[in-house]
Amino acid sequence: MNAPNIPSMRHLQPEFEALKKRYPAGFESSLTLPCLRRIQEARGYVADQDIDWLVEYLGVPRVQVEEVLSYYTQFRRAPIGRWHLQACRNVSCSMRGAERLIDHLSRKLGVKPGETTADGRFTLSVVECLGSCGTAPVVMVNDAYFENMDAAKLDTLLGGLK
Amino acid sequence: MTGRKLIMDFPVTATSHLLADYVARGGYETLKRVLTALKPEDVTKEVTASGVLGHGGAAFPVGRKWAVVKLDDGQPHYLCANADEGEPGTFKDRWILEHAPHLLLESMLITCYALQVRNCFVYIRGEFDRPYRRLQAAVEEAYAAGWFGENILGTDFACDIVVYRGAGSYVCGEASALITSIEGRKGYPRNRPPRLTVRGLYQKPTVINNVETLSNVAIIMRMGAEAFRKFGVAKSPGTQLVSISGHVNKPGVYEVEYGYPLARFIYEDCGGVLGGKQLKCIVPGGISTKVLTAADIEGVTYDHKAMERAGSQVGSGGMVVIAEGTCMVRLLQVMLRFYHHESCGQCTPCREGMGWMHRIIDRIVEGAGRPEDIDTLVRISNANDGTTICGMGDAAGYATVGIIAKYRDEFEYYIANKRSKCGGRLEVEAGEPVHA
Repeated sequence: MNAPNIPSMRHLQPEFEALKKRYPAGFESSLTLPCLRRIQEARGYVADQDIDWLVEYLGVPRVQVEEVLSYYTQFRRAPIGRWHLQACRNVSCSMRGAERLIDHLSRKLGVKPGETTADGRFTLSVVECLGSCGTAPVVMVNDAYFENMDAAKLDTLLGGLK
Repeated sequence: MTGRKLIMDFPVTATSHLLADYVARGGYETLKRVLTALKPEDVTKEVTASGVLGHGGAAFPVGRKWAVVKLDDGQPHYLCANADEGEPGTFKDRWILEHAPHLLLESMLITCYALQVRNCFVYIRGEFDRPYRRLQAAVEEAYAAGWFGENILGTDFACDIVVYRGAGSYVCGEASALITSIEGRKGYPRNRPPRLTVRGLYQKPTVINNVETLSNVAIIMRMGAEAFRKFGVAKSPGTQLVSISGHVNKPGVYEVEYGYPLARFIYEDCGGVLGGKQLKCIVPGGISTKVLTAADIEGVTYDHKAMERAGSQVGSGGMVVIAEGTCMVRLLQVMLRFYHHESCGQCTPCREGMGWMHRIIDRIVEGAGRPEDIDTLVRISNANDGTTICGMGDAAGYATVGIIAKYRDEFEYYIANKRSKCGGRLEVEAGEPVHA
């Protein structure tokens, strides 16, 4: 996803320099994940030019950055909807109604898991255990957990997400 | 009550996770005493004498792990707290991160002193946002109070900490994968030897302990090994945070003293099975541990030896209660989908085996199962056991073999009749049909 006119993320460099202070010296490679996370937080995804910059800034091989991006499920190489709904479907959530909840979400939004609504408002994902099994089923909306969910609660929640 | 408490021994309030409240509870006093009155090796001696075991799943004696690190080897040493809580059914470390972050930090400082560590890390799973913010805020409070940085308490002890966020990978909860992740690479486990305590993070001796395990360190140093050993039973001293979920009336995190009656914990303390149903079985310690039936748990105490005798493990403390009428074929399908999704792809038996197992269980659920499929699942499980670098392939096998051993009839019925003996139910209340 390389658009010629997207803004640079180089303004984050002072933040990254501050991060370095608590790491042992000489292991800049460790900053790969934190930098990518921060860039994604700012841009919504990681663009080609971000990789170019990190390769130069951290002095890590390009293949290492590419591997990290493809290995970890939270990284994205393309924009998604404004609200990212991630519904857990592992054991405890499924035992408390996650499958019906995911069907409901899918029908209501008119998208399958992995897809984004045409208006760019919602992206629906199904994910594995979020570590919130005691309050199952759980749906993540961007970074926040919404616990003990059911269809009615979800409908109210979605209504408030513009 | 589930026995005596060591960790969850204070009321949770709006401020109980903050430094001021922790200090009011006596927090950081133990660190002061350790730094001013004890030698590093005294700490390791005390922790070893406590007999405390790892609380992440493998129950390895903490003292034996620490003893490998040689204080006079002239190399930097590292400490990592494993907060990559991802074993399905497990959410106990999250309780510590959210409600007792300073207990973890004080314990890590004591451990860093014992092992002469200058830089330590907490590796926290990427999805944990609130736990991360709580912990990071605690770290900043601790820095501001002078507990981290240079010349702590005016001594020459110095320590820095980084809360390192993962980005979505179950395998990174495995210690060597966790290390490669902190090094900024994809989280591939690596072969041992050399052990991580010999060559770990940045190729230096590294101790990796689970969050709950480490949190016990300040408690042990506060009360002394002898007093600590009075908790629990001889072979399992102390307590275990158990996260319980599934078809249970009172899900949540409970601190259970080792040796507590398991059935009483489930039926009384946790309010028994949802909807007044009978108990079918439990997953005792994360889905990678073998299921125990209602009959299996009768008379069993909750400690490592007793759980092993019953045919399973304490594991990660992630307990899942499964009600009578739940379809074990569908449940195994959910588990195998997970393992397939999470295989990192490095070792052939796991990469291919997880895919095969997932496709076979899908075929059975779709009504296209073959009679030989059951034995094939067992054969793949056995072939994976011990043939991969990390334990994930083994774990998927234990889950599979455990369920098939106890509920083979459900698999045979499903294949012969092309439908579930239990209506394909995963929920207690049938609700609207889950599967057409």
